[in-house]
Amino acid sequence: MSAARDEILGRIRTALGPGSDAAADALAARLAAHPRHLVPARAQGLDRAQRVALFAALAVAADATVARVAQAADVPAAVAQYLAARNLAARVVMTPDPLLDQCPWPSAPMLAIRRGVAAADDAVGVSAAFAGIAETGTLMLISGPDSPTTNNFLPETHIVVLNEAQIVGIYEDAWDRLRAARMAGGVALPRTINLVTGPSRTGDIAQRLELGAHGPRRLHIVLVEGDDGGAAAER
Amino acid sequence: MQPSSRDFKANAHRALGDATLQGALGFMMREGFAVRRAEAVARLPEFEALREAAKRLKDEVLQHLDFYLETFERNVERAGGAVHWCRTAAEAREAVLTICRDAGARIVTKGKSMVGEEIAINEALEANGIAPVETDLGEYIIQIRHEPPSHIVAPAVHLAKEQVAESFRATHRALDPARPLDQPRQMLDEARAILREKFLDADVGITGANFLVAETGSSIIVTNEGNGDLTQTLPKVHIVLASIEKVVPTLEDATLLLRLLARSATGQEFSTYTTISTGTRRDGDPDGPAAYHVVLVDNGRSALLGSVFQDMLRCIRCAACLNHCPVYGAVGGHAYGWVYPGPMGAVLTPALIGVGEAASLPEASTFCGRCESVCPVKIPLPRLMRHWRERAFAARLPPATQRWGLGAWVFLARRPALYRPLAAAAARLLGACGRGRGRFRALPLAGGWTDKRDLPAPAGRSFMSLWAERQKRRA
Amino acid sequence: MPDRPVRVGLLVTCLVDLFRPAVGFAAVRLLEQAGCTVEVPAAQTCCGQPAYNSGDRASAVAIARQVIDAFEPYDYVVVPSGSCGGMLKEHYPLLLAADPALAPRARALAAKTFELIAFLADVMKLERIAARYDGVATYHDACSGLRELGIKAQPRRLLAQVAGLTLTEMATPETCCGFGGTFCVKYPDISDRMVSDKVADIAATGADTLLAGDLGCLLNMAGKLSRRGLATRVRHVAEVLAGMTDAPPIGVAEGR
Repeated sequence: MSAARDEILGRIRTALGPGSDAAADALAARLAAHPRHLVPARAQGLDRAQRVALFAALAVAADATVARVAQAADVPAAVAQYLAARNLAARVVMTPDPLLDQCPWPSAPMLAIRRGVAAADDAVGVSAAFAGIAETGTLMLISGPDSPTTNNFLPETHIVVLNEAQIVGIYEDAWDRLRAARMAGGVALPRTINLVTGPSRTGDIAQRLELGAHGPRRLHIVLVEGDDGGAAAER
Repeated sequence: MQPSSRDFKANAHRALGDATLQGALGFMMREGFAVRRAEAVARLPEFEALREAAKRLKDEVLQHLDFYLETFERNVERAGGAVHWCRTAAEAREAVLTICRDAGARIVTKGKSMVGEEIAINEALEANGIAPVETDLGEYIIQIRHEPPSHIVAPAVHLAKEQVAESFRATHRALDPARPLDQPRQMLDEARAILREKFLDADVGITGANFLVAETGSSIIVTNEGNGDLTQTLPKVHIVLASIEKVVPTLEDATLLLRLLARSATGQEFSTYTTISTGTRRDGDPDGPAAYHVVLVDNGRSALLGSVFQDMLRCIRCAACLNHCPVYGAVGGHAYGWVYPGPMGAVLTPALIGVGEAASLPEASTFCGRCESVCPVKIPLPRLMRHWRERAFAARLPPATQRWGLGAWVFLARRPALYRPLAAAAARLLGACGRGRGRFRALPLAGGWTDKRDLPAPAGRSFMSLWAERQKRRA
Repeated sequence: MPDRPVRVGLLVTCLVDLFRPAVGFAAVRLLEQAGCTVEVPAAQTCCGQPAYNSGDRASAVAIARQVIDAFEPYDYVVVPSGSCGGMLKEHYPLLLAADPALAPRARALAAKTFELIAFLADVMKLERIAARYDGVATYHDACSGLRELGIKAQPRRLLAQVAGLTLTEMATPETCCGFGGTFCVKYPDISDRMVSDKVADIAATGADTLLAGDLGCLLNMAGKLSRRGLATRVRHVAEVLAGMTDAPPIGVAEGR
């Protein structure tokens, strides 16, 4: 342990006065319990339909676009249609995500799909989200063997697929899902958790807001209503 | 950067005469962040309650800062990272340089970090043959202009678009000089393309941290551009520069503060990219850094604990105080002469570089209190500025004429029997002089006032003398 | 209302004493109309704020002690100024917190100290104002009164009762006018910018009258209005509420 570490902690302890083992136990208990603070009412006590509606409304308010489809079977056509409507080339890099595996991509044969990590010349990326948070219209994307973080930022157009069952009301519910999925047995969180609210933007030039700073210029969310995404919600 | 806080008054004077700056500041104050914040607050009924909860949370953390920092370190190490404790700016620079040299770094991309400005990390990297590239668009613009940031959230807010275009033309020489750059869109596309190359080439990425989470050993950054994410995901090494008071206990605690941060800063419900990073890439991860280093910086913060300035350690760097301050709005951030401007800068700068250098900053306030009223963690900024004035007074820093003038006033004020006749006489004298016009256009010793405005003439009698007469009449 | 008349100690403030006694007399009239008896302790000079804000805590304490001694015998202490009122009500307890003898006395004084308009509206629950003022007025919210003492609705409620008076709001009534005590002479060019912005805002309302509850702000704004050649009439709000608007407005000579 370094002299700097000792000195900094020493200065802190001198300034605060003596602690106690009881205090340390109480603090550790608080960490383990991770209590919630006051939560905004707007996203609490909502049923699934209300959560989805709030999520979609706030995502759109943050300049994302949202398309709703009935089943995973409808996702490939929805992606193809989105790109065609904007005159974007039907070439995508797709994360090797099990949620995306459930979609019948051959049903949209015009889509040229590469599975893997996004590269500089990939214009369109397709990812799956871990959760959606209705409170602010936010996507939670987590890193893992099947979900490289790079894909969320390099392509200019980012399409994210999400099942309605994955949408929670408030952040605290998302943390609980994440802990259950990823911290069982004391394993650390994923390397990266991205909370994404709309596409990239900046107001840094003369305070004029423009989309597509360094991250994606377009964020399109495909919301799947069907229950076949239920397994994904347990991820 | 070398502080010029000592020259605040002269800096401010220049700033007031700078028409381009005044245009940018006027737009910002009238139509920018403060307006957006008010709209966001109106949309969230719980906002005031959240402010109180956030204040209490931060106070609680500070009371146990050692515990939370040790817990944080343990969890960083569990996730494969390392924590480097740095007492001073010099130690922090050395820690960063060592990591960069060990990684053989030639290019380092940077997310926005005020702590980075504070320790002057860019100069240190450059002096060691390593090229730092700012990736936040505002920071990139001021980097190529060789200017410091003028705002802790929007570093280039002081610039007009013509100035940005001029700097792009001067710096991006490989591009066609005849290309149009009148619109922000064009400049953004140009910067995006240029910085894209840097993101991909970087060996090391340095970010700041809005929060550190003790429970998980994580760092949290918020950006709207996504530059911080490209900075910390693509290179093989991720360095986090964070000061010790950034730690919070749990993800839920971070959430409380995140609910206040974007709303207070820009009026957004949530920043576009809020990213929680924990350690190195995991086994099987196809991307992510192989090394994760947190450079934990004290640089004067532990000295504030247990002092009358402790409340300043609650600050979450949202800049709401800047956005609502009429003094900042008049002179902009560069006048403050160092890294942190506005009300939070007026309190923090003397703490970090000494009241001898920075006494003007807490002096230059009317204590209107608007800063405190918008601070998401309820820092009593005017009170803390007053405490700096007390330190300056005790060190006899104000000029002799000011101390003498105040001393004379206090002498009289403590002696009502002496004060009353003198006040009555002064009222008569000035009243008689001013009776003709009712006001003075000029008055000896009052040039500070009468240069800019008329001084209404006293009515000619003091209230106390008139009251005494009235009481006598009625007796 | 209590059985015996409320005994008020009036702290006139140094600026009212020196520059515009009419404000003090307007305060007395309003308080007497509300059923109070008003006394003006002779041992008053200053609330101590100049010393306090200059960092001279020791002098501020000495002056505070003097004010507490003079004013604590009264039922209420009333001050025609948000900034001096705030000094007693908010800052004396903080200033004297570490003094075991003075701290409780400071807290007791603070509890019964009120700015004039807040006292009339919130404590005396004044409902009727029987005054007349023909004009269009705009109201400036002085910073201490607004943010330390919560004075915002009360002056507007009372002014709404004044026959003949129309109230029109400026775009930013809550923005500091740039007075700030010694700030206006220590940083005159920044102060000038702030008061210039405020004056532009006032002029844009088209109001012929400017009102506020703090004489420091009023002197500052009146001085800039007249330097700009604007004829806006500037008064302390107490003058209008008390129906005492025969004397010239601030900065205007007799007989104009």
